[in-house]
Amino acid sequence: MKLEVSGLSFSYSDREVIKDLNFQIKEGEFVSILGASGCGKSTILKLLTGVRKPSSGKILVDGEEIKGMTGHFAYMPQNDLLFPWKNILDNVCLYGRIHGGLDQAREEAMKNMEAFGLGGYEKSYPSSLSGGMRQRAAFLRTALCQSDILLLDEPFGALDVITRGEMQDWLLSMRETMNRTVLLVTHDMDEAIYLSDRILILSGCSGITCELSPENPEGGRSREWLYSQGKLRQRIHREIMGRRLDENHL
Amino acid sequence: MAGRKRKWLAPAVTAAGILAAWEAAVRIYQIPLYVLPAPSAVLSSLGTEFPVLIRHAGVTVAEALAGMGLALFLAVLLGIIMDAFPGVKSGIYPVLVVTQTVPMIVLAPILIIYLGFGIAPKILTVVLMCFFPVAVSFTDAMGQMDEEYVHLVRSFGAGKWQAYRLVKIPAAVPALVSGLKVSATYSISGAVVGEWIGAQSGLGYYLLRVKNGYMLDKVFACVLMIVGLSLCMNGLIRLIQMAALPYMEKKH
Repeated sequence: MKLEVSGLSFSYSDREVIKDLNFQIKEGEFVSILGASGCGKSTILKLLTGVRKPSSGKILVDGEEIKGMTGHFAYMPQNDLLFPWKNILDNVCLYGRIHGGLDQAREEAMKNMEAFGLGGYEKSYPSSLSGGMRQRAAFLRTALCQSDILLLDEPFGALDVITRGEMQDWLLSMRETMNRTVLLVTHDMDEAIYLSDRILILSGCSGITCELSPENPEGGRSREWLYSQGKLRQRIHREIMGRRLDENHL
Repeated sequence: MAGRKRKWLAPAVTAAGILAAWEAAVRIYQIPLYVLPAPSAVLSSLGTEFPVLIRHAGVTVAEALAGMGLALFLAVLLGIIMDAFPGVKSGIYPVLVVTQTVPMIVLAPILIIYLGFGIAPKILTVVLMCFFPVAVSFTDAMGQMDEEYVHLVRSFGAGKWQAYRLVKIPAAVPALVSGLKVSATYSISGAVVGEWIGAQSGLGYYLLRVKNGYMLDKVFACVLMIVGLSLCMNGLIRLIQMAALPYMEKKH
């Protein structure tokens, strides 16, 4: 297993946000955690990166327990968080700058600029780019990390519907060429179905209540296939809403 | 372009109107020079006194620049310390605000008692006037920045001080520059106050000498010089901003 999380709990000012969370991700797998807003999705990523400390539980990468900020994860936040004072090339080379391999990172970045739709914008500042381009730049910054696992925190949540769709198509095409282990956190059901090998449904303190593997028998993914997944969407909807109703009754 | 022209036109017309009325009043009522010099007299003495004024201005500008440089260094240093150690901030910050309420004209003579009649008390007067706006804007900007930026670089493996170098300080630089623009305008006045209390050269010394001689045309010429230099200092910071922070220009 690439990543194993077992019995992970986290409390924030006496309120239990995450309780006894367990899941695993295989090498090269694309897994989504799907849940309603405020159910602790982003907190899970903060626990993995070490920004927050869990109250109990273990995180294992390649079978070894990790604690604190270890650099095993490349994190991509919801807002692009590009530095307005740096041009795009310097922004995407952040990892190289931190770990002392700037020239190599620049070379690597230049090779990828075209594929990320940023060709010719190396010297531009983030403020002159569109929302979609900024998000692609943020994604390139994450992809250029030497870390094993990419953590994407609602990466397209701040974009309009059309750009979001385009970015999802683009990420799907990148998935095959990159072959990285990815954990995506989202509240967008279609995004999760469209992109992931496995979907984990998170229902607040109840932890992961359901695990689904969307599959296209004809292989690959397409929008047509996505729109035909009515039953799967119904099931996810029922899972999330049902839990919410149960919790409200309690 | 037309809007820009109009922006300049209104204050220019106002200033020209005031100057015309002033000139007319002095001529019509034959006001003596030691009471109020006419703008034309001020201009002509600015012309004749220019070499002397420039010599004194050199001293004042040197003091202002040295003071501002020192204020900038101290403000950045203290700003980072206060941000990194909240305990230090809660101890120092309120005291800093209170010290700012002490009038400079009271402090300047005391500085001369401590430091003598040399350049040191003048530079220190400038430091005391310039430090506060720079320190406050820099510290506040670091305190108010989006914590997510720090989380991002920390998750990428950056240490605490690396996070300062990569994110916190650069993010606070625009605010630092704003603070510098304010203090640049103060810096010349600060040096002049220091010189006024006791000096052998500088615009403050010149101002005191011509005032004591009731040469009001020269006093006004010197004031013009101070205004011009203060604007130049502000312009200097703008130039540095344009050269060093090109990303700030693109927003407009």
